[in-house]
Formats: sequence, C-alpha cells, structure tokens
Amino acid sequence: MSILVIIEHDRGDVAPAMFEALTVARELEGDVEAVVIGEGAETAATQLGAYGAETVHHVTSDELGDYSPEAWGQAAVEAIKELDPEVVMTAGTDRGNELMAQIGARMDLPFVANCVELNDDASEMIRSQWGGALHEETTLDAEIKLVSVAPHAVEATTEEAAGDIEELEVEIDAGLNRTVIKDRVVMNEGITLSTAPVVISGGRAVGSAEGFAPLEELAGELGGKVGCSRAVTNNGWRPHSDQVGQTGTRIAPTIYIASGISGATQHWVGAMGSKNILAINTDPEANMVTKAGWAVIADLHVMIPAITEEVRKRKA
Amino acid sequence: MRILALVKRVPAPGARINITADEQHVDDKHLGHAVSPHEECATEAAVQLVEKHGGDVTVLTLGPPEAEEQLRYAASTGVNKIVLVPTDGTPYDPQRTAAALADAIGQMEAADGEFDLIIFGNESADSGGFQVGVRVAYALGRPMVNAIKGLEIEGAPEGHIIARREIDAGVEVYELPLPACVGVKEGINLPRYPTMKGRLASKKAELNSIETDSDAGSQKMVRLVSPPETVNETVILGTGPEAAGAVVDLLEELGVM
Repeated sequence: MSILVIIEHDRGDVAPAMFEALTVARELEGDVEAVVIGEGAETAATQLGAYGAETVHHVTSDELGDYSPEAWGQAAVEAIKELDPEVVMTAGTDRGNELMAQIGARMDLPFVANCVELNDDASEMIRSQWGGALHEETTLDAEIKLVSVAPHAVEATTEEAAGDIEELEVEIDAGLNRTVIKDRVVMNEGITLSTAPVVISGGRAVGSAEGFAPLEELAGELGGKVGCSRAVTNNGWRPHSDQVGQTGTRIAPTIYIASGISGATQHWVGAMGSKNILAINTDPEANMVTKAGWAVIADLHVMIPAITEEVRKRKA
Repeated sequence: MRILALVKRVPAPGARINITADEQHVDDKHLGHAVSPHEECATEAAVQLVEKHGGDVTVLTLGPPEAEEQLRYAASTGVNKIVLVPTDGTPYDPQRTAAALADAIGQMEAADGEFDLIIFGNESADSGGFQVGVRVAYALGRPMVNAIKGLEIEGAPEGHIIARREIDAGVEVYELPLPACVGVKEGINLPRYPTMKGRLASKKAELNSIETDSDAGSQKMVRLVSPPETVNETVILGTGPEAAGAVVDLLEELGVM
C-alpha cells in the first residue's frame, strides 16, 4: 500500500503540523511518499526524508507558483492519478484542509478532516469535532482515502528514510491561478500568539479594554503575548486576532496563564495544547481551575500586578 | 449585488457537550441552538456588503425543520430572503451536504439569476468537516478561498473581491473574479444584534423551501465519544497576592523567566 502525504508549506517553510502528519503516516501499513508543489518546493523537499518519506515527488508545471488552492489542488490531483496511492494525507491546517477539500471535490472522493487516530488502511478513524471537545468514530469506504491529521494529535518524531527526490511534471489549466496569493502584508515580526512561550489571557472579569494593561506589562516582562476569551472580543475590548479558542487561535506555550477565564469548552479547546496551565480565578470551582495544573484563587486585578512586581524583584 | 450566505444550526457553542444514550447525537435537551459562529459572520458580511453596494441578501440553511429559528434570526438582522433545504433525519456527510446545497443553489439561480458572491463559514462549529464550501464552489465552477478574515468588493458587480487570510506572520491577499465563493472566519466582523423592528419583520418573512435529491455519502459516523479525560489534580499555589512568590518559582522552574 502507498500513502501519499501532500506537504503544506509556505514558499519552502514546511508547516510544523506536517511533521506530525508524517509521523502518523508512518504508523499506517505502507510506504510513505511525499508530494511537494509550488514555489519553494525544492527547499521543502529536502526536509522530508528525516520524517520517513522514502520518495519525495516534486510536482512541477509552468503554471505553479505561490499558493493557490485551485492550482495546487489540481496539481495534487494530477500527482494522485499518476502515483495511484491508497491513502492521501495532509495536516489539518487551514491550507491542508483546504487543499484536501479541493482534491476531494475534483476527484469526487470523500475527505475525513482532523483525524486523531487511524487504523492501518485508513478505513476506520477517530476524528475531532467541536474543535477537539468531542470525538467521532468514523468509517470511510473509498478507492482512495483522503484524510487530514488534527494538529497536536501526536508529537512529531523523526525516522531517517531515503527521501529521494523525483521530478513529476504535470499539466494544469492556467485559469486556476485565479485564486493565487496576490500580495502579502507582513504584520507580526517576532513571536506570535501561536508561537509565544508564555501566553497571558484575560476573560470577561478583566472588565474593560484598559483592564488589559497589567497583563501587557507582565507579558512584556516574560517575553510573552496577551490573549483573551471570546467574551472579550465580543465586547470589543481586544481584536479577534488575540482570541484563544475554537474560533480563534490554538496556542501551545510552555505556560498559559488564564486569568478571570471560566473555561468554556470553546476556550478550552484552544488552550488545551499548552504544556502547563496556571489559572487565576476567584472561583475555585471554575472549569479553568479544575482543568489547570496550577491555580491561584485570587482576583486577577490584584494578582497580576503582584506577579509582575515579584518578577521584577528577582530580575533586579 | 446578489449575495448568498450559508448557515448551519448547531447546539449553542460554549457549554459542556454531552452525548445521547445511542451515541449518535449531541444531547441538546438543555441547550439552546444558534447559528455556527463563523456563519453568523458570513451573514453579517453579506449584509454589510449589500448596505455598501446595494442589492439583496439571501440566507440558506440545510437542516431540520427547527432550523427555521436560525433563518428567522437571520431575517431579523437585515437579510432579505430566507431558504430552508429540509433534511429528513438521515445522515448527511460533507459530500452529500455539498451535493444538496449545489443542487439547491442551482435551482435558485435558474429561477432568479446568478449570485455574485456566495459566503460560507470556514467550518461548522459541531462536525467541522472543513470542505462543504470548497465542494459547492467546485460544483458551481467558481473560485473559492477559505479562512477569510477581510472581504471587500471592487468594481461590482462585474469586478472582483479582495479577500484577506490571516496567517501567523501577517496577511495573505487574494483577488477573485466575480462570481466567487469565500469561506469566512469569526473576527471578520462583529455580527449585529437584531433590532425590535427587525424582530417584528422576521416573524412575517416568507420561509422558502427547496427540495433536493442526494445520495448517502461514503463517510459514515459510527458513534460519538468523549475524548479521554486526563485525570487532573490542580495544585493550588495559594490564595491572594501572597501566592506571587510561588507563581514566580514555577515560572523559574519552567525556564520562562
């Protein structure tokens, strides 16, 4: 059996979730091969042998360049037709799921998104619903099985394989570049909410936009980022890009400090990838407190400045 | 401009999710229902674009008869027409859902003309298949980009849309010729609340219904299960500001100081 892994990359930068997907692919019964498409594919190709790809198919065409869901999707379809795999896999990222949906639509095949576990031939799986708050056992009956792996479902591990690069030229319709990336705006230099080692969030209890100043101060001392709950963005106190949750950002910091956050399911699924969680809440029964590894039962308005002061004292 | 927004009725997000005894459904006995959050923003985006460029907004849902509640809510927030594609209680996997929607949209366009823009949510809050919009767009032969958090129309109605997708390092900008499809994410806007006048009007809004034919898909749910819960013992570091020392000890131990 052959398992074809469609690599999600941005101009050669392979998405970290891709290495998790490759780790899952190796657990299936069969040979793992990878497909790289578009601008920077050569750079992406060299990183895949270390994660168990025996062969890396470099798909080329005059019409392929920067990411375009339709052009890349059709290129992947051409590669699948040529290579005839039993399973096609990618990472359950925005781009990964979008590409696989394109493939599913173009080949009229079902696609099971965000699997957390798969059997040997991907005919049975557990997939994530509600952003990971619920699991669904599913069966998949299809000639070619299209699946994506939920981010953070496993830890990526390396396994040296040949990683031989083979060129595969395909023909695709130039018109599909109607969905190509036209422009980019670089906004976040340095760390972001999803990469920060420390995230300090506030919930409804913060009370106002200005109320986040002490959280910003503490984040500044620790080289972290400030996040928030859905209640906060719905109140217009913080931009939506700061929201941690199912409909916001999934975070995975070394420590997540959740202050004044009750821990609704929608928030929890965005935070559960954190390696350590410290809850600060006046309610010892709050969901966030019972799910956290550590907690302080206190008012965040008093507690956050006290922590900042202690950090400064020790740094001095 | 003719704009169509597609929405899904889901149990109100945020609450603890329990499963029914037959393991086939989320137990919604004690939950309210809502429009899936990304799709609430799809409706708002459609209404805002029509306020700016003129035209009308249709909101369509595929769902049980009870989804009328979500359609009437949409009608109370400035939507001109509401359409239900009724399901019969049999399972709809993403492929079947997309086929039924494409069929329904085809029927509407044959009767009243093409939609300039069709707006989906990025993924539904409950089943989260991440594909229905892409499949419908492909069936209609239109360009589609998902995960959009900024949307403008230039040179309507023959022009194009500028669609922005947030990534970690910034924003990707796409330019799609009309007619087009997009999938939007929460955060693209802050959906309005219904006004009293809107509420009254929504009660009188005509509920349109479209029947579709679609075959069962080949992705079959066996059962729902709660994810394994890790047994957690919370270590209480203290109460009140005296605990600051213990917190900073922890930060030092984790090497984030």
